[in-house]
Amino acid sequence: MSNDLTLTEKIFSRAAGKPVRAGDFVMASIDRAMTHDITGPLAVEGFYEIMRDEKEKKVWDPDKIVILFDHQVPADSLNAAKNHILLRKFAKEQKIKHFYDLHEGVCHQVMPEKGHVLPGQLVVGSDSHTCAYGALGAFGTGIGSTDMAAVLALGKLWFRVPETIKFVVDGKLGDRVYSKDIILKLIGDVGADGARYKACEYAGDAVHKLDMSQRMTISNMAIEMGGKAGLIEPDKKTDAYVKERNPKYKPDKDLKSDKKAVYSEVREYDISDMPPQVACPHNVDNVVDIGKVEGKKIDQVFLGSCTNGRFEDLKIAAKVMDGRKIAKGIRMIVIPASHTEYMKTLKAGLVEEFMNAGAIVESPCCGPCMGGSFGLLGPGEVGLSTSNRNFKGRQGSPEALVYLCSPATAAASAVKGKITDPRSV
Amino acid sequence: MPAKSRSSKKLVVENRKELSRAWKFGDDIDTDAIIPGRFLTINDPKELAKHAFEGVRPDFKPSEGDVVVAGENFGCGSSREHAPLALKGAGIKCVIAKSFARIFFRNSINIGLPMLECKDIDRIADGDILEVEEGLIRNMTKNETYHTTPLPEFLEEIVDSGGLIEYARALIAKEHKAKKNK
Repeated sequence: MSNDLTLTEKIFSRAAGKPVRAGDFVMASIDRAMTHDITGPLAVEGFYEIMRDEKEKKVWDPDKIVILFDHQVPADSLNAAKNHILLRKFAKEQKIKHFYDLHEGVCHQVMPEKGHVLPGQLVVGSDSHTCAYGALGAFGTGIGSTDMAAVLALGKLWFRVPETIKFVVDGKLGDRVYSKDIILKLIGDVGADGARYKACEYAGDAVHKLDMSQRMTISNMAIEMGGKAGLIEPDKKTDAYVKERNPKYKPDKDLKSDKKAVYSEVREYDISDMPPQVACPHNVDNVVDIGKVEGKKIDQVFLGSCTNGRFEDLKIAAKVMDGRKIAKGIRMIVIPASHTEYMKTLKAGLVEEFMNAGAIVESPCCGPCMGGSFGLLGPGEVGLSTSNRNFKGRQGSPEALVYLCSPATAAASAVKGKITDPRSV
Repeated sequence: MPAKSRSSKKLVVENRKELSRAWKFGDDIDTDAIIPGRFLTINDPKELAKHAFEGVRPDFKPSEGDVVVAGENFGCGSSREHAPLALKGAGIKCVIAKSFARIFFRNSINIGLPMLECKDIDRIADGDILEVEEGLIRNMTKNETYHTTPLPEFLEEIVDSGGLIEYARALIAKEHKAKKNK
């Protein structure tokens, strides 16, 4: 067996304090942990169960824990308000350094944006889209609340070091085709469990040409094919993004998979002629070329989420809309993913543009994506969304249909009132 | 106290001779189907149980000790621990599937809801009566026996200490003792 390692094996070897390979079970040290208003309360409850017999019930490291509210902000029910109270109290008592109340935005945008994620780190979050941090070359992975309880107490967690599937994506993206289209294509190709228990590694020209915003979209959705992480080897763009937030950061040239690293599978793609992609109800892997669903009437467009709620995404959408109004009889909800992204959107005049077009622009939060808050779809309604999941009932009624697409496709469709190829408007 | 409901003494199926009705599901059953997002402000398993599979399978009304049987990738999607908690609260004693999504699998182990991997589930129909014991499933309706895949050894260690809460508690006590003796 060659001594060459995947990026994932390197990260786990450091975190476990010994050389490890795919398939090994390890107790690994956590570099950063994130929990939010939905999964946090159960984690806090579990933490106190673990600490039951301890005199000092202190978290492992208050500087390495991030707690924020994003799923139900502002509190949309009495239960949500109670959960917020519980977490505010916990954050205060435990002196959690990075606690963000309802003003800051969606966890997976805030974490990289505030500099809480560094390349090569092992980051856990009690949210399945924690794999988004792979865009920075970090092994970010989603865990449950009891797992998070153990992390809060110990700063360590068990893992099976995963094998890696490498996706080599080459070619040049066509006009108005984006990274969202790439990731939908990959998911449609391997299926909802095609990367189950595995780390996804995205490589190739087309991936490294992407800006950080678009990389986050690709990494974010690794979980939709069952992936444990969605890594992109750090390059100059990564280093620049990270340095801007952590001036002392020194890039590590070894943060990449070795030449002869062992992959469970290598899949190659040329996306040069790929049209925009759409995921149809009720599974994220039910992906088609846009031509197959063009003309489908829609009731609501959601532009936002941790997948596609960055300023760059909103800018793309606004450009496609080009001052036109949304079609009569439909509604459009725009939600910038964070306070920072909101301010950029505002200063660029895009909030005004969206509002003049007939959309509503909400404060940063998860919004309709997880169907727990506002913007729900009623029975028989059709939603088009730039978010990451279209499961039955995900955005409201189980009798509603949800299609997933890029911000460009969402914008073109909003203008026409039906699913529309953004290259045609 | 919810403490009791979230930890397991042993991750083997209890009440060996108990007969269980199989509630059969297909592939890629996601956690939104198991418990929709609008109920995630609820943390009590019994309350969550009232909404398990609401929307996708309104007839899901299991009796204590019943089992869920499913295809590939059961529990895909969100990391919500509310999903296995809802099943546990509904009296489901274990889930038998061809394969499980990773986070759901971890969550279930951690809260003491047994996950049994079995390749023969296509032979089990909705409503079949099963007898589930360690490593074996007897289908009383069809008079057949199926084998389940054992857990990896490392996980047995967590299971044997009574679940992740207990495992972590013991680890902390050990660390404190070591610090004191220094």
